[in-house]
Amino acid sequence: MDLGNFASLQHFVPEMILVAGILAIILLDLAVAGTSISKRWLGSIALVTSVLALLAIAFEPAMPGAWLFHRMLVFDSFAVFFRALIGLATVVGIWMSMGSREVRDCDQSEYYAILLSSTFAMFLMAESANLLMAYLSLEFVSLTSYVLTGFLRHNRRSLEAALKYLIYGGVASGTMIYGMSWIFGLTGSMDFSEINRALSAPGHLPVLAVFIALVLILSGLGYKVASVPFHMWAPDVYTGAPIPITTFLAIGSKAAGFALLTRFFFPAISHLASGGSWQALAGVDWPQLLLFVCIITMTLGNLAALQQTNMKRLLAYSSIAQAGYALMGFVVLSNDGIHAMLVYLFAYYVMDAGAFLVVMIVANSTGREDIDAYRGLAWRGGIVPAIALTIFLFSLTGIPLTVGFIGKFYIFAAVIRSKFYLLALIGVLNSVVSLGYYLKPVWTMFLQQPNGDEGTVSFDIWNYSLMGVFAVATILFGVYWAPISAFAGRSIAFFTGTT
Amino acid sequence: MSHALTLITFIPLIGAAIILALPNNLTPSFKWIAVATTVPQLFIAWWLYQNFDTTTTAMQFTEKAPWMAAYHINYFMGVDGLSISMVLLTAIICFFSVFASFSVSRAEKGYYALLLMLDAGMMGVFVSLDFFLFYIFWEVMLLPMYFLIGIWGGPRREYAAIKFFLYTLLGSVLILLAMLGLYFYSPIPTFDMTQLAANASTYSLNFQRVAWLALFIGFAIKIPAFPFHTWLPDAHVEAPTAISVILAGVLLKMGTYGILRVNFAILPAATHQMAWLFLGVLGAVNIVYGAMCAMAQTDFKKLIAYSSISHMGYVMLGAASFTAAGINGAVLQMFNHGTVTAMLFILVGVIYDRAHHREIAGFGGLAQQMPIYAGMTGFAFFAGMGLPGMSAFISEVLVLIGAWQTHPILTAFGAATAVLTAGYLLWTYQRIYLGPLNEKYKGFPDLTFREAFTLVPLAIIVLVLGVYPHAILNLMNTSLVHLNQVVLAAPATAIAMLH
Repeated sequence: MDLGNFASLQHFVPEMILVAGILAIILLDLAVAGTSISKRWLGSIALVTSVLALLAIAFEPAMPGAWLFHRMLVFDSFAVFFRALIGLATVVGIWMSMGSREVRDCDQSEYYAILLSSTFAMFLMAESANLLMAYLSLEFVSLTSYVLTGFLRHNRRSLEAALKYLIYGGVASGTMIYGMSWIFGLTGSMDFSEINRALSAPGHLPVLAVFIALVLILSGLGYKVASVPFHMWAPDVYTGAPIPITTFLAIGSKAAGFALLTRFFFPAISHLASGGSWQALAGVDWPQLLLFVCIITMTLGNLAALQQTNMKRLLAYSSIAQAGYALMGFVVLSNDGIHAMLVYLFAYYVMDAGAFLVVMIVANSTGREDIDAYRGLAWRGGIVPAIALTIFLFSLTGIPLTVGFIGKFYIFAAVIRSKFYLLALIGVLNSVVSLGYYLKPVWTMFLQQPNGDEGTVSFDIWNYSLMGVFAVATILFGVYWAPISAFAGRSIAFFTGTT
Repeated sequence: MSHALTLITFIPLIGAAIILALPNNLTPSFKWIAVATTVPQLFIAWWLYQNFDTTTTAMQFTEKAPWMAAYHINYFMGVDGLSISMVLLTAIICFFSVFASFSVSRAEKGYYALLLMLDAGMMGVFVSLDFFLFYIFWEVMLLPMYFLIGIWGGPRREYAAIKFFLYTLLGSVLILLAMLGLYFYSPIPTFDMTQLAANASTYSLNFQRVAWLALFIGFAIKIPAFPFHTWLPDAHVEAPTAISVILAGVLLKMGTYGILRVNFAILPAATHQMAWLFLGVLGAVNIVYGAMCAMAQTDFKKLIAYSSISHMGYVMLGAASFTAAGINGAVLQMFNHGTVTAMLFILVGVIYDRAHHREIAGFGGLAQQMPIYAGMTGFAFFAGMGLPGMSAFISEVLVLIGAWQTHPILTAFGAATAVLTAGYLLWTYQRIYLGPLNEKYKGFPDLTFREAFTLVPLAIIVLVLGVYPHAILNLMNTSLVHLNQVVLAAPATAIAMLH
């Protein structure tokens, strides 16, 4: 189905809700400007908006798929999955922003309006069906992310992070659009399904040119998911940005990157063969390239994380490694692998958001983000966040009875099923290495005694309740994960216009 | 009791939950709740013992319920002759280890809760028949162990705890890969161990070899087999007494249990080919090397730890013999070593509680001051040497008789080590208990009632099984002879060099 502008709107409700929310925040801000009314409640409008958008996604009419806005966007169950994931990340980002001490003194209306705009752009990224749309939405996400990263205007680290992010992003997206122009030159189209048709048409395939174009495009997408060698911005940005924004970038932005990466490399330039496996273009060996990227990403992320003493930086390198694990599902080129990747991304969402939330709770009370601030946390009144963080970190390691294990289980199952034994071995060895740094905070919190100068962690219902939700979800989905698996399984349907 | 195995596994978790739910001012009652939890476990184990049908090789007391249908994962429990003795051993050791824990005085709530979780995890490993479920228990059990060593351990507890965790996690992930390989290689994908064993003939020999090796390394780390044993002395030295008792008494047996349950039953052809090297030769190395290391120790507890490595070697050698006597002896040795070594570690704990050090050279003449204690230690040492009339004599002789038929040279090493064992134990006895009394230790009280209460029943078990080993042998014989037949019937193409 190829829907026109008006007919498309029925599948564009979540995005419209976001836009309405953004406008409402800006207008209300103007309305109360100059009065003595506090602007704190603008956050709740953003929260309501994001929850409504999430509900709109949940209640979207079921259908096989359609082109929207004259083939600019595509609506299919794959897009639904990622919009849901991004929506959830937004809810968490806003919830955390409202409970964060760092963000409390910032300009509330701009902050939440830009946060919602970023979500809007991520939705578009997950739905792009056209190179132009893909580029614009990715750039939209980047621009809003730069601003959010540098939102602590009086904090040098925050500004430095924003600048680094901007420079890296500029180079990466410039490279990407150059690659896109090659694709356009080779195929005469920017439409994903047209590209696919042109590349698979019988006749001479300019293998080298396509490969170069894909490598260039990969630099832009790799930058979004923070895979090696485009990962260098991540540790600085994650450390410098306000913690809610770090969380939002780590889970939302990464998910959007994976959505576009998958949609471009699978339905746009590969073919679904029988038995649920995908076939890359003959002679264009990007799977091999991505295999190396994946292996190096997880290994480098894990090894670099071993040395970190700042929790945000540790989690930044950990999230690089986690992207590497998720890519394992990608490089086996099968629907099983994509399924595993989706399950993994959901698991990653739950456990990583939880971990960052605990970091924020500790930072709220102590103003510190280094691991030393966690010394003896369990023995100085912080037993609840200490246990929660332990659950999240063990989940990130992949210990059973947590959702992280389920994610890894699916990934390794897909990898072994596709007979990538060496990759599987490297993957599990990486898990063992990762235990080395995931245990570090656990060990600091439980095995060490407090010095007495670390301060206490005070209870607050707002952040603790969300932390509880994540901790319970981490364990619950580790025992009963059928719903996630089923949801991810339903989401591997790409609409390509042929059905 | 239709859910005996579920009950015996999860009763400790109920106890742990109760302890966690109670307020801290009830701390004195926590140990009694732990006792009250392990008593019903002991009764259920007794009931299982009474009702166990020794004439069949089938799984008994089975329980099965679907868990995750898409991956054919079931909640499947059952015991046969191989596991029933381990269930008994776990119940006995856990009961006494609670009493051995009474000297713990710090954060008792966490201690007893974790101890009971560990109990549940170990029991779960022995009763699980679904590989996935087995793996969950296998790995989840690491967490309480890590914290028990890391929080309540000795001066170098952090190092010991993390070493233990990393080593065993490395083993676990290899088991995970092999498990997934078995799953996908089965004609009908399944995690059901009985089903996998029934499929044994359908796996290609090459696949069997690779999977066998991965599983072997995973299990060998737990045994611990040379050269994967280095974590054990550290863990033992730093662990609190009761945890050492559990570690040596039950945990190590999980390694050999896993080899018999998985490697032998599911991969018999590979076992037939590879056991002589990996179980036979390494077993003999374990026996000799463990004994020699024990001889060189100056720390009483480290000495016992190395003697454990030596004694576990008999289990490996017996299993590698492929004779009914050898395999029966191996499993009986698992049980006997569990009780004897538990006694030894409790005895080390007794003196450590009084003297606060374990340097063998620092003692002397304790027999004058603590005659009952010295007598009990003498008894345990004789049991450790495998003196006739003690349980270990029967199992070691069975192992040697069995192994002599297939691996005479290795057996000669194993038998000769009995002299070394007697040497280091008697020498240690002489240095600690005989000679002039060190003035510092005047005024040490003899065994308390609690200490005697943990030691005497174990001594009775040792004596009874020394005179009437059929109390345990009858349980296991049918299943083990069958298991041995399965392995012997598998095609053997390798040339066993040491025949």
